[in-house]
Amino acid sequence: MSGATEFDVVVVGAGPAGSAAAIALARAGRSVALVERGPFPGSKNVYGGVVYGRILDQIVPAWWEEVPVERWIVRRSTMMMTGTQSLSVDYRSQAWADRPYNGMTTVRSRFDRWLAGKATDAGARLVTSTVATGLVRDASGRICGVHTDRGDGDLRARVVVACDGVNSFLAKEAGLLPPAEASHHTLGVKEVLDLPRSVIDERFGLTGDEGTDIEILGCTRGIPGGGFLYTNADTVSVGVVLSLPHLAAAGVRPEELIADLKEHPSIAPYLRGATLREYAAHLIPEGGYDTMPTLATDGMVVAGDAAAMTLAAGIWLEGVNFAIGSGLAAGRAVDRAIGAGDCSAAGLAAYRSDLEAQFVLADHKRFRRAPSLILSERVQQRYPGFLCDMAEELFTVTNPTPKPGGLRATRIAAARHGVTLRALAADTVRALRVFG
Amino acid sequence: MTVRAWRGISFAERMATVDFRVGARAHITVDAEICRSCTTTACVTACPADLFAPTADGGILFNYEECFECGTCYMVCNREGAITWTYPDGGQGVVFHHG
Repeated sequence: MSGATEFDVVVVGAGPAGSAAAIALARAGRSVALVERGPFPGSKNVYGGVVYGRILDQIVPAWWEEVPVERWIVRRSTMMMTGTQSLSVDYRSQAWADRPYNGMTTVRSRFDRWLAGKATDAGARLVTSTVATGLVRDASGRICGVHTDRGDGDLRARVVVACDGVNSFLAKEAGLLPPAEASHHTLGVKEVLDLPRSVIDERFGLTGDEGTDIEILGCTRGIPGGGFLYTNADTVSVGVVLSLPHLAAAGVRPEELIADLKEHPSIAPYLRGATLREYAAHLIPEGGYDTMPTLATDGMVVAGDAAAMTLAAGIWLEGVNFAIGSGLAAGRAVDRAIGAGDCSAAGLAAYRSDLEAQFVLADHKRFRRAPSLILSERVQQRYPGFLCDMAEELFTVTNPTPKPGGLRATRIAAARHGVTLRALAADTVRALRVFG
Repeated sequence: MTVRAWRGISFAERMATVDFRVGARAHITVDAEICRSCTTTACVTACPADLFAPTADGGILFNYEECFECGTCYMVCNREGAITWTYPDGGQGVVFHHG
């Protein structure tokens, strides 16, 4: 190896994917630079609800004793709404209130810093306030480091792990991601609102460090996407996720849609008197399995949002766990490739096969058709109103007129929303295929 | 009515809740010549930070200072080369504390 190799590996981005990769590599004895463009890990990062922590078993035993949790989710609700109605599937389990827990709410400035701390504990060198501005290639064209915007310039490495987020300029420069594909992305906008802890407990029916996550369909004026409301310790987070091309075509401002949601009769009582602590926006790569880039090239692998590893499958909305899982797998594969002396695309191919053998790619592959079903016109624009009206037909007591019965209630509601029974049957079969 | 007051929050008040460490270099540049032929101006409404404003002569006026660095503007833009977008220099730009 030439003397120019300063590190075995440069990991770009100290989010969950990058820190997980750095942890795996540093613990294997590799020298690692973990480059973060923000002043601290998490400073550029936003998420939208729940971190599912079981993947942390592979990093920290009894992680729940030290992870910076806001609340443990014991209640998750899926709400379908129109302007004046809502219908919820509301699930609560006290099994989720105890170790090993199921999901947590957190704050990324604390969670990401905690995880990056595990990387530095293992010996990785965290370099903050530094942008990786491009790829360094050797004479043969193989990637061998990154240019940075610091005075001391380039960081050389045998392998670059690109965990540089949804806009991944490194994956784009390497030709792995298209320059700009709006249809693969949604925009998330979020308000974090101050609300006293005791008020949150009372309004959401929570005790101690229990939390609630509500996912909402039908609150985006027909723009494919959805809304969310979840509890932190002494704040609540509310926001919407919007398909980029449809948002652009609709000519609606994103914050208007949050304002709509906050005024909804099913949401407003939760938020009464709450004041804005911080507003945020971030893109989400929601295209799923079929839009993922090639994961390894000569001298580089891609993980986390940069590899489009968020599962936006309607009833499952996950990302941070996939980032950690892919980062760990990337770190392991890169360590083995360095050990074998082959950091070419072929030498790094075990990364993808490892991901396929576990949840990261298995879940994405199984639910690969979920994003297009969830974001389809009927699911987004017709079914929330149809289901709410069906409930209204069933539950409105119209004495002395006799009750309509389930089938007639379905027919009435379907006709009102232009849903044919044939389309309903087709979508039911499709949903069984997608989620079965 | 309390509920209405939320809509009453001005955009400036909304953005004042966000920590921006503004650098000297503009990380977004816009080619106004290309924008003049644009009929959709998707960036104007889609940008969550409201950084893009149409001008009377059909161009686009933009700010980079209070940018979330999300990428919406260049993703929704259908005019190649109109918006050039990079990250702000290291340590600068938006800092989320409750993301």
